[in-house]
Amino acid sequence: MTTLSIADGAQWLRRFFRRNFKVGIAYVALLALLGVYAGLQPRLFTKLVITATANQGMALVLASMGQTAVVLTAGIDLSVGPIVSLSNTLASTLFPDSVPGVIGVVVLVLLVGALAGLINGLIVVYGRLQPIIVTLATASIYSGFALMLRPRPGGYVPLWYGDLLTRRVFDLIPTSLVLLAFVLIFIWAPFRRSRLGLAVYAVGSDERAAYMSGLNVNRAKVAAYVMAGFLAALAGLFLTAQTSSGDATIGAVYTLQSIGAVVLGGTSLFGGSGGVAGTIAGAFVIRIISSVLFFAGINPLSQPLFEGLVLLIAISLGAARTFTLRNRLETMR
Amino acid sequence: MVTTSRAWLSLHRWLWGLNQEQRSVVIAYLMIVAIVGLGSLIMPQFASPNYLLLQLMKASFLGAVAAGQMMVILTGNIDLSVSWTLNLAAVMVTSIAQGQNERLWLGVLAGLAVGLIVGLLNGLGVAYLRIPSLVLTLGMDAVVKGVTVLYTGAQPKGESPELLNLIVHHKVWGGLPSVVLVWTAISLFCFIVLHRSALGRKIYAVGNNEICAYLSGVKSHRVLISAFVLSGLMNAIAGILLVGYAGRSFNGMGEPYLLPSIAAVVIGGTNILGGSGLYMGTVAGAIIITLLESTLSIMQISQAGRNIIYGLVILGMLFLYGRGSQIRE
Repeated sequence: MTTLSIADGAQWLRRFFRRNFKVGIAYVALLALLGVYAGLQPRLFTKLVITATANQGMALVLASMGQTAVVLTAGIDLSVGPIVSLSNTLASTLFPDSVPGVIGVVVLVLLVGALAGLINGLIVVYGRLQPIIVTLATASIYSGFALMLRPRPGGYVPLWYGDLLTRRVFDLIPTSLVLLAFVLIFIWAPFRRSRLGLAVYAVGSDERAAYMSGLNVNRAKVAAYVMAGFLAALAGLFLTAQTSSGDATIGAVYTLQSIGAVVLGGTSLFGGSGGVAGTIAGAFVIRIISSVLFFAGINPLSQPLFEGLVLLIAISLGAARTFTLRNRLETMR
Repeated sequence: MVTTSRAWLSLHRWLWGLNQEQRSVVIAYLMIVAIVGLGSLIMPQFASPNYLLLQLMKASFLGAVAAGQMMVILTGNIDLSVSWTLNLAAVMVTSIAQGQNERLWLGVLAGLAVGLIVGLLNGLGVAYLRIPSLVLTLGMDAVVKGVTVLYTGAQPKGESPELLNLIVHHKVWGGLPSVVLVWTAISLFCFIVLHRSALGRKIYAVGNNEICAYLSGVKSHRVLISAFVLSGLMNAIAGILLVGYAGRSFNGMGEPYLLPSIAAVVIGGTNILGGSGLYMGTVAGAIIITLLESTLSIMQISQAGRNIIYGLVILGMLFLYGRGSQIRE
């Protein structure tokens, strides 16, 4: 008998929730936050505000997706912010007015981002150095290049480029969300479902076992860093559309916020578990908090404190392992 | 003739007898000599005692922060709450002392209390809640920033008491700024803790393998908390000293100390994963970073070029120190 019974469905549901517990929490948090936001800002469900909210989070969402790939391999990428800056400054320096010109620059910037990620990956893998310190050094180098391109904010971004990415498709769905769907379907999903994607998870989970199972550990790690660089560059391009100018320091906050989004989304910093689903929720939570605090009328001087507290509590709940492990020994790794 | 060849022989033997920890420290000090040499080629005044003492003074602040960071890194963790702990401690000093020498001790106490509390919270979160230090100290930094902004009303209050300025700037023995003596005292303390005390041995043990240390009877939770508390105190001390240096406190003063502190510790030969590293290396690392920044600013290299060279130097020294083993080994 091949028909599924209700019991099968219930069991599948149970398994689904148990497996995606942490991601579920992230989305519950996001929905709660949106609920509070809607309560404070009744015009939330107008097209304009929805678009603005989506735009607010998009750059961080893209950058955090890249960070997710690296964190899955049990690494970390501290150069995400500088790559965002680099892509922003490069784009604002090279952008012409014509459509083919802009497309060419976009492709070039994405390639530069991927190259930056490639350099990170190669040094980590073949230099056999720790990711945290390698990406710390390359962050400095990439931010230097960004500063070289744009010592002072400025540059040129064609108006139609900015409009294109920050408005709506068919005047209904924010373009940014369409872009996100595009990235998920055509860039992340193929990566995730490929052998490389599987290898990324395996490497983060247990590198030795992955190696002994015949997976190409080196290629998986490098691929994760390339993906991070590529998505960070994409985030920078989106940011360029939002700000319509180039600024070498604009990406600075993205590094730490992307790590926060990854952790909030339930991905383990030790690698091997998690994914972009939670990260997307985490990134939106981080970005929307400031708006919520603003509309709640909280004293602007207290805002950084509240943002910090919320971040701290959320991250602690997401990353605390005391609640998930059985005995004391297991807590130490 | 015989004596010089004897000297070379013993030098040679000493060099080969060094283990990796010590070799990194030697390379670091050689790097200092190289930078001073290079700098004096570009600007003859570089090697002058006045300028070098000025560099030493600047390095003292970074040195204090790096000392605390080293403690935490040795246990296999990291402390990203450096900048705002430093800031809040500094703000405490100026707002409580309010420029009066009589109230200085009260301000200093308040500043140290800040460092102690932040360190304690960090340590408890890492040791008992098992929150990875990378994210916990990050969140803590954001919270401390919030507290500072709220407390100062986005504008720092008060100025530094004269006594504190004196402690930092006063020159003893014809030229040595007394803040360097403070750093020396801190270094002596850290050296004794790390290399001559039981706590130090436990810190290295926990960094090497926490499970083994715990099973061997080391109270690893206490060790972790101690490391973070020491780091918090060091950051607070750096903040207090910086108040004396600048004459006031301002928001954002801790920003330039976070990444250089990590870089100084790593350049000094400490393994970023913990478990190995010598304190004298961190001292050398702090000096190298300070000299590097000064040399680059003298050479009139733009901020952009400085960033690039900074990153390249860190990578270069990491490659010199020896890397991890391949997975097959």
